Amino acid sequence: MKRTLFRNQWLPWLLLAPQLAITFVFFLWPAAQAVRQSFLRQDAFGINTSFVGLANFRALWNSPEYLNSLQVTAVFAVLVTVLSMGLSLLLAVALDRMIRSASLYTTLLVWPYAVAPAVAGILWWFIFNPTIGIMPYVLEGIGYDWNHISSKSDALILVVIASAWKQISYNFLFFVAGLQSIPASLREAAAIDGAGPVRRFFDITLPLLSPTTFFLLVVNIVYAMFDTFAVIDATTEGGPAQATNILVYKVYFDGFVGQNLGSSAAQSVILMGIVIALTAIQFRYVEKKVAY
Amino acid sequence: MASITLDKVGKIYAGGTRAVGDVSIDIADGEFIVLVGPSGCGKSTLLRMVAGLEAISEGTVRIGNRVVNDIEPADRDIAMVFQNYALYPHMSVRQNLAYGLKNRRTPRAEIERRVAQAAAILQIGPFLDRKPRALSGGQRQRVAMGRAIVREPAAFLFDEPLSNLDAKLRVTMRLEIKELQRRLRTTSIYVTHDQLEAMTLADRLVVLNAGRIEQIGTPLEVYRKPASTFVAGFIGSPAMNLISSRAVPHLPAAAQAGTIGIRPEDLSVAPDGPLEMEVLAVEELGAQRLVHGQTGGERLTVAMPSDAPLSDTLRLTYRPGSLHLFHPETGRRID
Amino acid sequence: MIENRPGLTLLAHLTLMAGVVIVALPVWVAFVASTHTATDFMSGTIPLWPGPHLVENYARMLDTGVSTSGTPPVGTMMLNSLVMALLIACGKIAISITSAFAIVYFRFPLRTLAFWCIFITLMLPVEVRIVPTFQVVADLGMLNSYAGLTIPLIASATATFLFRQVFLTIPDELTEAARIDGAGPMKFFRDILLPLSRTNIAALFVILFIYGWNQYLWPLLITTSSDYYTIVAGIKRMADAVDGLPQWHLVMATAMLAMLPPVAVVIGMQRLFVKGLVETEK
Repeated sequence: MKRTLFRNQWLPWLLLAPQLAITFVFFLWPAAQAVRQSFLRQDAFGINTSFVGLANFRALWNSPEYLNSLQVTAVFAVLVTVLSMGLSLLLAVALDRMIRSASLYTTLLVWPYAVAPAVAGILWWFIFNPTIGIMPYVLEGIGYDWNHISSKSDALILVVIASAWKQISYNFLFFVAGLQSIPASLREAAAIDGAGPVRRFFDITLPLLSPTTFFLLVVNIVYAMFDTFAVIDATTEGGPAQATNILVYKVYFDGFVGQNLGSSAAQSVILMGIVIALTAIQFRYVEKKVAY
Repeated sequence: MASITLDKVGKIYAGGTRAVGDVSIDIADGEFIVLVGPSGCGKSTLLRMVAGLEAISEGTVRIGNRVVNDIEPADRDIAMVFQNYALYPHMSVRQNLAYGLKNRRTPRAEIERRVAQAAAILQIGPFLDRKPRALSGGQRQRVAMGRAIVREPAAFLFDEPLSNLDAKLRVTMRLEIKELQRRLRTTSIYVTHDQLEAMTLADRLVVLNAGRIEQIGTPLEVYRKPASTFVAGFIGSPAMNLISSRAVPHLPAAAQAGTIGIRPEDLSVAPDGPLEMEVLAVEELGAQRLVHGQTGGERLTVAMPSDAPLSDTLRLTYRPGSLHLFHPETGRRID
Repeated sequence: MIENRPGLTLLAHLTLMAGVVIVALPVWVAFVASTHTATDFMSGTIPLWPGPHLVENYARMLDTGVSTSGTPPVGTMMLNSLVMALLIACGKIAISITSAFAIVYFRFPLRTLAFWCIFITLMLPVEVRIVPTFQVVADLGMLNSYAGLTIPLIASATATFLFRQVFLTIPDELTEAARIDGAGPMKFFRDILLPLSRTNIAALFVILFIYGWNQYLWPLLITTSSDYYTIVAGIKRMADAVDGLPQWHLVMATAMLAMLPPVAVVIGMQRLFVKGLVETEK
C-alpha cells in the first residue's frame, strides 16, 4: 500500500486500458462463451442450437472415453511430477555440496528450460523411434521389445519422460534456491547433535524444504495438466487407443477435429474449475511460505 | 524567503482518527522552527501537510501571503530533506540536484550555476558524477541538502534528516545544518524526536504531544519554564524528576497538592538537605555522575560531579527557585 | 559443508554428471543425427558421433527447407518466431508495467475489480478455452497475422504482479521527492520508475522471450498460411510430413535450430534468467 498517490481519475484507466481490453476480448469473453456453449448442443449440420442444460456434462460423466482421459491425466500428472521433482531434488542436493563447480553444473543443467515442449517431444520421439532410435536398440539388448506406436504403456512412458525431462531444470533451480535459504547453522547444530548426513537430510533439510516442495508440487501438476499439450501433439497425438489422451488434448481434439462444440465447451468448463482450484491452493499455501 | 503561518490546522484520516488538531504557529521569515515530540505525536504529519504531501483536513497553511492548502507540492516553493535522503538511485549526484530545476524548465546555464554553488557550499564537488550508492551516509545527507538548496526555495522542510546517521556524524551534521541555515537565512521547519537536536538547532521549539501543541518557545524558555509535565519530562537530559509534592517536605502551601518537577542538575548533596534518597544505581558519565534512587516511594535522579562523595543513602537539597509546580490533574504548569 | 567426507562429495559429483548426461542426451542424439545424411539411418540404428554433413544439412534447411512438407524454409520460420517472441515479450512488459503503475500509484473507483480482472487471467490458460478464443480471433479477422499470433497472448497477470511487487518496494519518499521536484505521474513513471525497474524488465524479458518463442498450440491454430509458420509449430508439420520418408536428419537439424535461440538466451543471460524465473513465481 502506497502512502503517496497521484490524484488523477482518468489516467489510471488509460494505463489499464490495453491490459483490460485484451483480458476482456481474449480471456473473459471466450471463457463466458465456453460456459454458455457447455449448456448448448448443435445438431449435426451446425444449424440449430438448443439449450440442453447439464446434458453435456452428464454425457461426459457417462463417457468411458472421458473417464479414461481423466484417469490418464491423473496417472500422467503424478508420474511426471514425481519423476521430475525426484530427479531435480537429487541433483539439487548433490549441487548443495559443491562450492567451486556449482555454477558450472547449474549452467549445464538449466538450459532444457528453454527447449519448447514440442521440441522436447520430438527429440524423445526420435530417441525412442522403434526402427532407428537408440533406446529401443538398447532395450532390445535386455529383451524388451519397445514400440510406443502400438503399446499403450510404452507411449505413456514416452510422453512422461519427455515432459519430465523438460521440467527438470525448473524444479532444480527452485530446489537449489530452497536449499540455499536453509540457514547453515541449523545443519551445523544438527551435526553437533550427532546427526549424520542422511539423518540431517531427512530431519532438517527435507522438512524445511517443504514450502518449496509444496509450491513445486502445484506448479508441476499444472504443468503436466496444461503445458504438455505440445508434447502429446508432437508425439503420440493421444494414442494409441486413447492411452495418452490427456484432458487438454481431448478438449482440443473434440473441439477442432471432432467439431463437438458442446462437449468440448463442457470439458473446458471442467478444466477451468480445476485450474481455479489449483490456483486457489497455490495462493493460499504459498503465502505461508513466508512463515519459514 | 517567506513566513509560514499555520492556522488551526488539523488532520483527520479516512477512518476518522485524528492525527493533528488545532495547531497554530506563526513562523517568521528566516526562522528555524523545530517540531519535536515522541513518535506518533503528529509532527511528521504536520510537516507533510506544509509540504503538500498530506491533504489538510482543517485550517489553513500560508506560505508567504498565499494559502497553499490546494496547491501541489511542486508549486509551494518549498524543498524537503527526507529521513532516508530519497536520492534517485539511478541518477548521478549532479542529476539528482538538477532534476527539480529541469522539471521547472530552468535554463541550463542557471542549473549549472546553482549546482556548482550548492556543491561548493556543501563540499560535494568531487562526487558530482557519482551515483548515490557510491557515497557514505554523511555525503548522501549533504546531497539531500544540496537538492534543497539549489531550488532556492521559500522554505526548507527537514523530516528527521539525521536519524539514519551514526551518533558521531549526527553531531557534525547538526552543526552543519545550523551553520548553513544561518548563512542562507531560509525559513526552516525541522522535525525530530531527539530533544537534544531540537534544543541545539531551534530558534523556537514546538513541542507536540498526541497531535496537539504542548508549548512553543525558544529552547531556553522551554527548558526553564516547561508548560506541562509532558514538556518537562521530554525536554532535557537526564529527564526532569517529576514527583508527588508529598515526597518533598517544607513546601509552600500552594504547592502542597501537585506534581513537583526538579531537574537532576538542580539537586545536590547536602548533609542537612530536606530530602533523603536511598541509592539504587549509579551511572558514571565521565564529567558527571547520575545517581538513581528513591525517596518517599518516588524515583529520583541526581546529576552530580563525579568526585562528589557517595554512600547508600544521600541527603539532598535543591537549588532555590528551581522547583517547577504542575497541576495534579491537567499537568499544566502553575506559576 | 559441515564435515569433510570425500566419499559423499564423489557421489555428488557422479550424480550431477549423470544428471548432465540425462539432460544432454536427447540433444546430443539430435545433433548427431543432424550431421548425417538420410542413408546413414538405413543401417538400422543411428550413429553415435557427428558426421560430415553439418553445414550442408543446416544450410539446406535454413535456405529451402523440406519442400514436400509444405513448410517454408526454416530461416523464414525462425524469423516469424523471432517476431512473435519479441512482440509477445515487449507487449506483455508494456501493458503489464502500465497496469501495475495504475494499480499501485492511483486510487480510483473499481480499482479492485480491475485488479481481479487481471488476476483471473491466471486461471484461464489458453489451452482450456481454446475453441471460443479461436472463434474470437477468427471473427476479428486476425488469423494469419502477427497480431493474431501475439495480441491474445500478451495479457499477463504474472508480469503485472511482478511489477506491482517491484513498485511496492520503491520507497514512498522517492515519489514524494519527485513530486516536490515537480514531476507529474507520467514524468515520474518515465524518469524514476522505468529506470529503477530496468533489471526486472530485463529478467522478465528473458523469460517472456522463451515463452513466446516456444508457443506451440496457438500458432498451430492461428496460422494456416505458411508465411506465418513459426519454427516450433512448423517442426511438427515437418515431422508429420517426413514420417513416411526417413528424413530425420533434416527434422533434427530443424529441432536444433528451434532450440538454439532460447537456449542461447538462457545460457548467455543465466543470472537474469534465474532472477526472472524466481521473481515471476513470487
